[in-house]
Amino acid sequence: MKLVYFAWVRERIGLPEEEVEPPAEVITGRDLLAWLAGRGDNYAHALERPEVIRIARDRVHVAAAAPIAGAREVALFPPMTGG
Amino acid sequence: MIAVRLQAEPFDCAAETTALTAGRADVGAVVSFVGLCRDEGGRLAALELEHYPGMAEAEIGRIAGEAAARWPILDLVVVHRFGKIPVGEPIVLVAATSSHRGAAFAATEFLMDFLKTRAPFWKREHGRDGRAGDWVAASDADDAAAARWRG
Repeated sequence: MKLVYFAWVRERIGLPEEEVEPPAEVITGRDLLAWLAGRGDNYAHALERPEVIRIARDRVHVAAAAPIAGAREVALFPPMTGG
Repeated sequence: MIAVRLQAEPFDCAAETTALTAGRADVGAVVSFVGLCRDEGGRLAALELEHYPGMAEAEIGRIAGEAAARWPILDLVVVHRFGKIPVGEPIVLVAATSSHRGAAFAATEFLMDFLKTRAPFWKREHGRDGRAGDWVAASDADDAAAARWRG
């Protein structure tokens, strides 16, 4: 699965994107955030408030409770501030 | 017809709206909104807009499609810039045409409200001291503006 990060999530993790293979118990976006937060201090810092992190599955917004297993690309980013 | 463009370059607001009405006899109303980069009381030199290239255009297209399904719109154009935008320059344009003004007014405001909260763009401040500053925090007022359309 390809993960892509934007804005301060990208900066805190220190990568724009990466390929990961989450374990089978990672089903939802919320599961993914919890698993990633355990991968290192940079991830823990970026994801310390998981409730504010927005998730897109294959470039469509999804809720944290929605499944992400089988996605090609999952994006994690802060609330949007365009316009 | 719905047109969505993302670009780094400035755009010409007048030319965009003129193109929507040129040679048309069926357009009774054109409403346009232009969002500009403001200096926040002299503090800022520019805003830098990061975006999600694969998703931003698609998401704006989905929002525009919702607007066109909800109101009798003739044409709808959205132009959104990315990259570093100096104060005083336009960031976003939304323009809609319709036979009667109500549809164009409503669709334009709806698009802006959802674009603010759902289009994957993030603003970072650049101060007059030349340093890159903080990411702009999302606004509760923007969330409330979008939520009222769901009533």
